[in-house]
Formats: sequence, C-alpha cells, structure tokens
Amino acid sequence: MVPLSWYLTLAAALFCIGIYGVLARRNAVAVLMGVELMMNAVIVNLVAFWRYVQPTAIGGQVFAVIVFAVAAAEASVGLALIISIYRRRNSVVADDMSLMKW
Amino acid sequence: MNLSQIIFLVVGAVTIISAVLVVTLRNLVHSALWLIVTLFSVAVLFVLLEAGFMAVVQVVLYIGAIAILIIFAMMLTRRAMSDEASQTNGQWPASLLIAAAAFVSLAGLLNANAWPALPAADLSGTVRQLGLALVNLNAFVLPFEVASVLLIVALVGAIYVAGEKR
Repeated sequence: MVPLSWYLTLAAALFCIGIYGVLARRNAVAVLMGVELMMNAVIVNLVAFWRYVQPTAIGGQVFAVIVFAVAAAEASVGLALIISIYRRRNSVVADDMSLMKW
Repeated sequence: MNLSQIIFLVVGAVTIISAVLVVTLRNLVHSALWLIVTLFSVAVLFVLLEAGFMAVVQVVLYIGAIAILIIFAMMLTRRAMSDEASQTNGQWPASLLIAAAAFVSLAGLLNANAWPALPAADLSGTVRQLGLALVNLNAFVLPFEVASVLLIVALVGAIYVAGEKR
C-alpha cells in the first residue's frame, strides 16, 4: 500500500518544478508548459485525496474533472494570445511582452 | 515494500525526471515531447489511485489535446527564437532557490502530518456514478454546465484572438 504522503510529496515536487519553469523560462510557450505541470500536480492531489479520504463520495472526481476543463480553457487562450503576439511583434520572449497596446 | 510501492516509485521517478527535462532542455520541441512523458506517467498514477476515468481523460485531453496544441504553437512560433539562444532569463538562480524552498517547506509540512491510510472500497461503479452525478439536478449539474460554458467562451475567444485580422 502506498501512503498518501508519497502522492502529496510527488505532487509538491511536480508543482515546484513547474514554478521553476514559469519563473526561469524566456519563451512564453515554455512558461505555459510550466503552468501545465503545476495544473497536473494539483489534479494528482485532488484525485489522491478523493481516493484516500472519501472514495465513496464522487465529489472529489467531479472537482478534478472541472479542473481538467479549466486547464484546457487556460491552455487554449494562452496559446492563442502567444500566437497573436507573435504575429504582431514577431517575438515569443515573455520579457518583450511589456505593453498592453501596440 | 510491496508491488504497488515499487510501481509508484518507478513511475514517480519517471515523472520527476521527465518534468525536470521539460523545464531545463534547450530544444523546446524536445521538452514538449518530455512533457508528454510526464503527462503519461501522471496518467499511470491515476490508474494506481484506481481512478480509471481520470487516467483516460488525462491521456485524451492532456496528451491528445493540450500537448499537441503546445507543439503546434511551438512550431508556429519557432523562427522567433533559435535553439542556440539562452532559454532562461536572468532570474533563474533566484527561481531555482524559490522552487527549492517551496518544495522543502511543502515536504516538511506534508510529513509533519498524519494522513489517513488507504480505505478499502468497491470502486467498480465509479464511472457510472460520476456520469450520473454530473447530470443530476441535486448533485453537480450546475458546475458541469458552468464548466462547459467556460470552455465554449474560452474556445471562441481563442479563435477570435489568434485568427487572422482582415
């Protein structure tokens, strides 16, 4: 039997790797990949708590499904913004995106 | 140490190593491919947690949609950044410090608590239960509909933002 704390520690490690990716990467698409890693860590946590705390209540899985939907929405809007900025400014470096209007 | 613990340790090691490669590799297409490895091993973790539906959604939605979308965006914007240029900004040592400090404090907090042991449960009907709960008026139909409206709004917005302006 795997203890719950192993899952939580793994999710924490995944989340922190995601934090590093978000803070340190220059390319905006790579920043988005870091965000996806963090989202996945959160979903691992939700599903682990569902299984270990209340496996008969379905609410935990519903919560995870909603987070999946939000992650999909976030990825599509984020990538659309990056492509739009690339069309206008010819750059995908996050440091260059410092203006609200060009 | 029993079989499920060994499987967990192997899958966890694959997850962490591939995630580290995602955020450190210089070639972004390679790091996107390692992202797929990470997402797939998280799907294996869902199988270990007996959440089969989550594992399928992870493969179909994360690998099949989001990872492919990321690779698409990367290929569309490839010319803007060469693979030789530095992929990290000037604050990467501070970022490393922040991430390490966050992990150390989180791990300390996690292991200071006593967590519940794995309860025995019959989970054979979970997918059916989940489907019924999502359309049951007394359960989760409102969050489900709000999530679908959110997805529609996000996708229409994405098409509008990324589309060619004439």
